[in-house]
Amino acid sequence: MCRIGAIKSNEYFHPAKTLELMRSQQKGHDNSGFAFVMQDLGGIFEPYKDLPVLSMACTDMGIRIAEDILHSAGFVRVMQWTPDINNTEKNLNISPMPNYVFEVFNYPKMYKYATQEEKEELLLDTRLKLRQALEDNDNGYVYSFWPDTLMLKEIGNPKDIGTYFNLNTPNNDFVSKIITVQCRQNTNYDIVRYAAHPFFLQGYTVLANGENTFYEKNKLFQKNLFKGYIGFESDSQCFLYTLHYINKILKWPLKYFKHVITPLEYEEILRREDREVLLRIKASLAHLEINGPNTIIGVNPDGTMFVTCDSKKLRPVVIGRDKNTVIITSEVCGINEVLPDRDTTEDIYPNERETVVIDNNLRIERWKQ
Amino acid sequence: METIDTTSISKSDLKWQIEHNQEKCTLCGRCAAVCTMGAIKADVQKRRKVVSCGDFPTPQVSETAVPVIKQIVTSSKNCVGCELCTKVCPNEAIRPVFNEQNRMNVKYRALNAESPKRGGRTNLHTEGRTLDKIKIGRISQMTDPSLDAMRHTFELLAPFGRVLPPENLPFSVDEKGDLKINKKIPSTRWIYPIIIGDMSIGALSPRLWEAICIAVAYLNEVHHLPIRMCTGEGGVPEKLLKSKYLKYMILQIASGHFGWNRIINSMPEMVEDPAGILIKIGQGAKPGDGGLLLSKKVEKHIQEIRGVPKSDLLSPPNHQGLYSIEESVQKMFLSMNAAFKFKVPVAIKVAASVTSVSVYNNLLRDPYDIVGGFFLDGIAGGTGAAHETSLDHTGHPIVSRLRDCYNAAVHQGKQGQIPLWAAGGLGMNGNLAADAFKMICLGANGVFTGRLMLQIAGCLGNDFGKCNACNTGLCPAGLTTQHPILMKRLDIDKVAQNIVNYFLATHTELKKLMAPIGNSTLPVGRSDALITVDKNVAERLGIQHVC
Ligand code: SF4
Ligand code: SF4
Repeated sequence: MCRIGAIKSNEYFHPAKTLELMRSQQKGHDNSGFAFVMQDLGGIFEPYKDLPVLSMACTDMGIRIAEDILHSAGFVRVMQWTPDINNTEKNLNISPMPNYVFEVFNYPKMYKYATQEEKEELLLDTRLKLRQALEDNDNGYVYSFWPDTLMLKEIGNPKDIGTYFNLNTPNNDFVSKIITVQCRQNTNYDIVRYAAHPFFLQGYTVLANGENTFYEKNKLFQKNLFKGYIGFESDSQCFLYTLHYINKILKWPLKYFKHVITPLEYEEILRREDREVLLRIKASLAHLEINGPNTIIGVNPDGTMFVTCDSKKLRPVVIGRDKNTVIITSEVCGINEVLPDRDTTEDIYPNERETVVIDNNLRIERWKQ
Repeated sequence: METIDTTSISKSDLKWQIEHNQEKCTLCGRCAAVCTMGAIKADVQKRRKVVSCGDFPTPQVSETAVPVIKQIVTSSKNCVGCELCTKVCPNEAIRPVFNEQNRMNVKYRALNAESPKRGGRTNLHTEGRTLDKIKIGRISQMTDPSLDAMRHTFELLAPFGRVLPPENLPFSVDEKGDLKINKKIPSTRWIYPIIIGDMSIGALSPRLWEAICIAVAYLNEVHHLPIRMCTGEGGVPEKLLKSKYLKYMILQIASGHFGWNRIINSMPEMVEDPAGILIKIGQGAKPGDGGLLLSKKVEKHIQEIRGVPKSDLLSPPNHQGLYSIEESVQKMFLSMNAAFKFKVPVAIKVAASVTSVSVYNNLLRDPYDIVGGFFLDGIAGGTGAAHETSLDHTGHPIVSRLRDCYNAAVHQGKQGQIPLWAAGGLGMNGNLAADAFKMICLGANGVFTGRLMLQIAGCLGNDFGKCNACNTGLCPAGLTTQHPILMKRLDIDKVAQNIVNYFLATHTELKKLMAPIGNSTLPVGRSDALITVDKNVAERLGIQHVC
């Protein structure tokens, strides 16, 4: 089983905090990987909030291919940051790529008057193109190409990955207000970098633990819905695509995500005022239902963070907070490490029928399905 | 040498031969009285014995007349092997024995210039059952725990009615952030994933039909299992049309339109809408054939309910005036939908065929969003009457066809939008739950079953040439007859009870199959849960091959 975590704060913080969060939970995962998504970036990325950031791990050839594609599309690089790699330690359990690229770009000139939607489309198309081009000769992995977002997925022991990227010592350059994190590669299938949570698409981030027993039907339904729904290296990617589909494509409010993935039982729906709507959702989106054990943490493009569980609550999750920070994670011991002085009576153990939502003022709401 | 006629019929030509043990027989006459086929009679045979006692041959002839039970041999109506005579004999003195060497296929045609007709289902078993080669092999154990069939709650419901693509749902978000429906949309109902269907009064005796109705009402009202029954083509009793139980009935319209006068006349007095309408285009047991009710079964009550005189009742093989799928959608679906103000789902039933996928593909593109279900009936489905040649030699197995239809919908990104219901030999081995479950994993939303209901009700036939006399009006179990006395052989309450019991057992079994794969709702399309040791089956259906 994997352990997952998400930290949202009203102050910028360094990913070191996520390592701290996950360390005490390591019995529950197999130390096979480490991946995180940073959103709402600070530090050296703060001045570029509206510009797309490319996160990529690749070979030298991969860099050249990517640069060619971006250049011919008209993107102009405005900033580049490379993690400070620790080459001195020997015997680290990690299989690094030759290059880790985090670059900020200006949109092509002709997009000066483009709408938000047109820009979003361009970013997605470009990322898919890059991914395809790098995949062809095994030249690397393109994780995200989106404003205000950074992403890293690595194979190996999280502790060693932390050492390798010098993530154990916090600094003020590499910080953000939201980080979602997971300490495990997806070991159900091949060890593939893309298969590690969190998953990210157009501002939406999802990470989950458990098993998506309706993976096949989710996948078959999703692969025709939208061009960005690709990969499916992990059965949990389906949750991301469902969230994206509901909220971004269908434009339904977030609360309907829960109604789609774990619809209420028919008899219960009949007793509700909104039964007409819920029955339609249950029928039309039957193939996006999940029916296994899962905890799902998500972040929406507006920074709203949430967590929800399967309808039988077969996976643990807890939410703890202090004044400046809210943490969602699998086990309370992780929160105890990061927020030892918080009021534990305020900890929340969500039930199977709720979605717990944290807004940008760190207000926590518990939505009953 | 004596000339003999080998072209005529004799006992050795028959499918079933009666063995009568005179020693055990007490001449009670029950066997001959019970035999509806008139295949045996009490007779007298001469016995001649020559005895010689003493030292020299002094032959003495004794001639006696002994009463026996004799098999009657005709070219058309013979013993069907129902074993009712065996059942009633107090001394086990009589039984039918299947004659492997029979010549009836040739003799019947040669002597009668007629194609043999019968009921039941295909009796040719050349390929074995695909579903029996499939197992549920993906068991949840560690990270995704199995469920407990007795403790967890399970929801066994399937949609019946048009399911709109999510992007076509006429939703808008109000100021509170709630979704609202801002247009009328076709109705979708949630029902049990097994429908009883679709056998008419006429094919069935009114008593059996009534027993099934009682069972359905009981399962709904007492056990809260929303099981629906399809009426078949042939009308519905007026009392039922005007009762609250109509909501459990799916009314059928087929090419003969039998009984629809009465349905339409009753509409103003209906207190409930029917559960749905099923437009029957074809039937798996005899694809390309219309309904067939021989005049022997068209008794007075059938004439009344169907609004016809006594004669052979033949539904045409197709709906007159429908030449294309588009037209059928427009004409039949629109008029049926309109008849019940778009509140009642309308579905279509066709025989599985090489062309089923094209038909389904076309329906999926239906611009009116009114096709509420695609019922696909395979070759092993049953019928009350058909030419044997249709039963045995026409049709298409259901399993791959259902799978193909599901895959076609997946290909279009429209899976689940026109619910798929499959039938044709499901439950043939007595275990409907296992068959239904596997079909659901392959993509069916639900299944329908007919012949099995007869077996639960005491049918004496089987799929190996036993009985299958459903077309004759002489059903020895009182199931498929309109004969006032034969009908009485059926005990309505007991049959209803057996059907209820069977469904309760099936319900438990379905849960027992869902629990180990960790699902509390129906695993529609979860073919990843299935495995097979048969490589061809694995390849054809896209499931895991194991050994
Ligand atoms: S087996 Fe049936 S049909 Fe044959 S003689 Fe006995 S009762 Fe009659
Ligand atoms: S017992 Fe009746 S229903 Fe069964 S096969 Fe014989 S005639 Fe048909």
